[in-house]
Amino acid sequence: MITFLVSAISIATVLLFGCVGEIITEKAGHLNLGIPGIMCMGTAGGCLGTSLYMGIANGNPSWLLLVLFSLVFSVIFAAATGAIYALLTVSLRCNQNITGLAITIFGAGATDFLMSFVDRTHFDAAGKLISSPLPFAKNLGWFGEIFLGHGVFVYIAIAVALACTFVLNKTRVGLHLRAVGESPATADAAGINVTAYKYVAILVGSGIAGLGGFYYIMDYIKGSWENASIIEAFGWLAIALVIFVLWKPHLGILGALLFGGCYIVAFVLANVTSTQKEIIKMLPYVITIVVLIVTSIFDDKENQPPASLGLPYFREDR
Amino acid sequence: MDKKTVVELCHITKRFGKVVANCDVSMDVKQGEILSVLGENGCGKTTLMNMLAGIYYPDEGKIIINGEEATIRSPKDAFSYKIGMIHQHFKLIDVFTAAENIVLGTGEDEKYDIKAAKTRISEMSEKYGFHIDLDKKIHEMSVSEKQTVEIIKVLYRGADILILDEPTAVLTPQEIRRLFGVLRAMRADGKSVLIITHKLNEVMEISDRVAVLRKGAHIATVNTAETSEKELADMMVGQKVSLNIDRPLPENPALRLDVDGLTMTGPEGNLVLDNVSFEAYSGEILGIAGIAGSGQRELLESIAGLHHLDSGSVTYYNPKKDKPITFFHKSFERVMELAEEGMLRYADGRDFDGKDEDGKPLHRKTIKAVVEAGEIFFKEDEVINLREKTPLQIKELGVRFSFVPEDRLGMGLVGNMDIIDNMMLRSYRRGHSLFVDRKKPEELANDIIESLKVVTPGTHTAVRKLSGGNVQKVLVGREIAAGPKVLMAAYPVRGLDINSSYLIYNLLTEQKKNGVAVIFVGEDLDVLLSLCDRIMVVSGGKVTGILDARTAEKDEIGLLMTKTDSVKE
Amino acid sequence: MDNQQKKQAQVKKEPFFRLVKRDTLPVGKVILIYAIAIVGSLLLSSIICSAFSDKNPLQFFSSLFGGAFGSSRRIWLLLQDTALLLGVAIALVPAFKMKFWNLGGNGQILVSCLAAVACMYYLGGKIPDFLVIILMTVTSILAGAIWGVLPAIFKALFNTNESLFTLMLNYIASGLVAMFISIWVKSGSGVLYPLPNGHFPNLFGSKYLLTIIVFFALAVLMFVYLKYTKQGYEISVVGDSPNTAKYIGIDVKKVIIRTMIISGALCGVVGLFVAGSIEHTVSTASANNMGFTAIMATWLAAFNPLIMMGTCGFIAFVDKGMMEVRSAFGFTNDSIANIVIGLVYFCVIACSFFITYEVKFRKPEARSTKTEGGKPL
Repeated sequence: MITFLVSAISIATVLLFGCVGEIITEKAGHLNLGIPGIMCMGTAGGCLGTSLYMGIANGNPSWLLLVLFSLVFSVIFAAATGAIYALLTVSLRCNQNITGLAITIFGAGATDFLMSFVDRTHFDAAGKLISSPLPFAKNLGWFGEIFLGHGVFVYIAIAVALACTFVLNKTRVGLHLRAVGESPATADAAGINVTAYKYVAILVGSGIAGLGGFYYIMDYIKGSWENASIIEAFGWLAIALVIFVLWKPHLGILGALLFGGCYIVAFVLANVTSTQKEIIKMLPYVITIVVLIVTSIFDDKENQPPASLGLPYFREDR
Repeated sequence: MDKKTVVELCHITKRFGKVVANCDVSMDVKQGEILSVLGENGCGKTTLMNMLAGIYYPDEGKIIINGEEATIRSPKDAFSYKIGMIHQHFKLIDVFTAAENIVLGTGEDEKYDIKAAKTRISEMSEKYGFHIDLDKKIHEMSVSEKQTVEIIKVLYRGADILILDEPTAVLTPQEIRRLFGVLRAMRADGKSVLIITHKLNEVMEISDRVAVLRKGAHIATVNTAETSEKELADMMVGQKVSLNIDRPLPENPALRLDVDGLTMTGPEGNLVLDNVSFEAYSGEILGIAGIAGSGQRELLESIAGLHHLDSGSVTYYNPKKDKPITFFHKSFERVMELAEEGMLRYADGRDFDGKDEDGKPLHRKTIKAVVEAGEIFFKEDEVINLREKTPLQIKELGVRFSFVPEDRLGMGLVGNMDIIDNMMLRSYRRGHSLFVDRKKPEELANDIIESLKVVTPGTHTAVRKLSGGNVQKVLVGREIAAGPKVLMAAYPVRGLDINSSYLIYNLLTEQKKNGVAVIFVGEDLDVLLSLCDRIMVVSGGKVTGILDARTAEKDEIGLLMTKTDSVKE
Repeated sequence: MDNQQKKQAQVKKEPFFRLVKRDTLPVGKVILIYAIAIVGSLLLSSIICSAFSDKNPLQFFSSLFGGAFGSSRRIWLLLQDTALLLGVAIALVPAFKMKFWNLGGNGQILVSCLAAVACMYYLGGKIPDFLVIILMTVTSILAGAIWGVLPAIFKALFNTNESLFTLMLNYIASGLVAMFISIWVKSGSGVLYPLPNGHFPNLFGSKYLLTIIVFFALAVLMFVYLKYTKQGYEISVVGDSPNTAKYIGIDVKKVIIRTMIISGALCGVVGLFVAGSIEHTVSTASANNMGFTAIMATWLAAFNPLIMMGTCGFIAFVDKGMMEVRSAFGFTNDSIANIVIGLVYFCVIACSFFITYEVKFRKPEARSTKTEGGKPL
């Protein structure tokens, strides 16, 4: 049971990063279907950073520097990929769905390609170091194992989700960002720089999402690497999660746990058949569709996607 | 009148292409006064105010604010001069609270503190007498509450000069009274308030001075105390200009359409049609006059089957007595329905009820054969109830309606399609073939291009690329080609030049001569008075009068157009 | 004097350039813009690939073309890939013309593929092959149609967001495939080996020809359907102007549902051929991401099924050609193909901007035109 919860929390972390990143982008009115590709690129960047640092550290790595290095690289790579999306959809006003899909195809490919150049000799050690639990976790038994036994990225994810909720609901920046996603024309008339908000939201959102992929590779599976397809799959699940939690980052923490649980239960439970496992793995998507339908039936204004989601903004179109 | 002048407009002219919206307008606004800007639709009053609010920039002339020449190029510039405008279409974000909407985009350089902002807003509300729940979401609000939020939004940004565009159009009498209270409180506080309006009784009640505009020009600014509604109406509509439109007397008018008690609630929850009743006769043009947005659009659309009605009926009288029934406009099912209702007879006068002499139902083929042979006749005129029928059902009932909607490219035509494809919008279903027939539409397109002198590179040009006048010719041409018994046209000459306008007038008159019942919604009173046989005036979704167009006076119509339930405190 | 300065300051605040929506560009110019983008992106790709290997850009192009057209087998495969992609593209196009974002092509292909393979698995060898094939055809088309119509029903009734709905259905379809494989494959390997029955017949001795003929014929039919039938006409009206559709009495809900049945069913045909003619089995990768790739093809072809023959051919060409480049350049996995495809997409997507908008630079003496953009009252 404890292993199940611990694993569920790990998968939840991957999804949470992706979900929060996508929420920030969607709040600016951009449905970013490139998130799976961006999470892949975050993975590639983070792994590159890890590899570089492990080379520099020469067998004696410091935990703090390793985390910083990989984090910065991961965010930069993911944000750079997000920048392509932003350039195409914000400045060039291209179709968001199509651009997003292209980003995903490109991101997955580029990640596989980059990873074939990354020196992975020290990844095992790096993975263990990054996923090392909080220092006092061992003395607290099951409590410590479940709540404190994770690598630092789990706590970063939760902090980011909570911070994101705070910023969206309690600050001027959040108010303006939501205004941009709801009605760019109104925001524009109120003197808000719509383009700047969109760019920043997409870059920040992408950077956060990228950490999800990196966390999965380096912390959860301790640095082993096959290909980008698993991360891409997490990316799509993260997009589903955004709908499930009704565009609320703090709910994302619980939603991610549920989705992560559904995903992992199939591997953990011993006495279920593989058929049942597949059914359980489908659940998150089924639930998401149900949520989508229910919210549209009730047409509850509070729980709708941002009103201008997916629409380009061109001031002179008014 | 020794109040300080805060705004001075000097010789302002504004053109849109060839159209002159404002011509050499000069007027002033004083501190602590309520000034009404009065005029008909299209007289340029909103354009003029938009230049103060930074939406448009004048082509000629200058704006002087507090003695200095001002350059206002954006709403932001306007705010720097302490000018704020409340538009007819509110710019609010639905899922935000009132307070969030009010503070949006302000105070970039101070700490974000919605609580402090709320306190400030509450103080302001108390001062001017607003009643508003700052934590309520916009989508839960009534129109009047939304308007209040817009006004506070402007005041919160520190405006001293407020412009309100038709603020009472969507309010109930009680809400109007409350709004006027607020406006008086603002005046007492030294703010200047400009109200764009066309409602004379409100002008008389609320304003200190009235500036009257007509056809883009400033006619006069008068003190309210020294004028009367009659004088203002005269200034607003001007002298009657008779136009050279041929107007024959209606021949054998017969009741064609009977509209009784139509009532409809709009999306904002207010009544857009309030107990509207009238009759339309064949061979006449019924004009509908009124300020834009008084329910004309909804009236025509609901007759055409596009809206859900609260109550009322629409009845169509089909002049079919003693005429053979055909499958051209009637489906087989409709023929059987009529047969069962006892509406049909054989040529020799026997009832046709779809059964043979023994009371057994006739074979489908037999019925088809006798109908196609023209052996079945209507006994009486067909009476069809159109209430709650969709446009397709109306068509299938054999009702020959044509409708030229106000929104030409958004409703009447498909902008991205070429002229031929637009020709078949109404007729493409004809026949049992899977495929559309483009031959007849192409002939029709060529006919229309030739007879109405449509300027276009060819029949395969997308209609959105045509100029406004040509778009309208295509639309009117198509609707007339359908051979209607009732032709409804909403603002068919809006945006058209003189020649095109006359072409349309002549087309309508020709239809009338052919015995069509024409319903014409117009805005130019001179045109209405010289084109129509009768004029129905609407105001606020109500019919305020039906007049004989040959004898009616212009100011009489002007008064009816602005007649509202009086607002008294 | 002071005012004069103020005015100049105001003018300076005007942006350096501004965007204006264009009228339609002539076809020649549009093609030229796309051609430049494609050639440019391929040149860029050749430079990138050369940089990561010891080969030069010329070799890149020779491998690219060699991979696609190098032998008759390669040409057949290229045509087969083109045909399948074209099948998905023509399935999506009626939905897109209606402004219904069907991102569920992958799922629709997968369920139909699964349905066909289920027929092969349960009935193969027990009843005559031609009966199996008939049943495969019926079930797979039905499965695709159901997968397509589900989001359409909810869109029509409750305006449920169709792009997210169809996206989720992709993963449910993929889960269903994994589930059935786990039932069918007792070993737990998760791989269903090709089944012996229910194979489509060869045509003139070629196993590719049937697929190619069917989908190119369907593309022509789709062109005719959209352009010359009443239903196709209704789709255009609903997509271009829903208000006009209402005005002339088109039942918009009915059109949405009907069109998505067609769209899903056509994806079903693709799934059928993947199962019956090519793979004879099913896996979660059976859709080969064509549901997404085809979106690009339809969009590039401006929703014209005849032009889609070309765009699908081009995408298949890059795909096949890059496989050869990969082995010739010694790359270890096929990721390089995805990078190149991604680059080509970016360049082509960016083109749409230059076709829709015109960049107007500020003239030195020009007065503000921004404020004159409004309409007369």
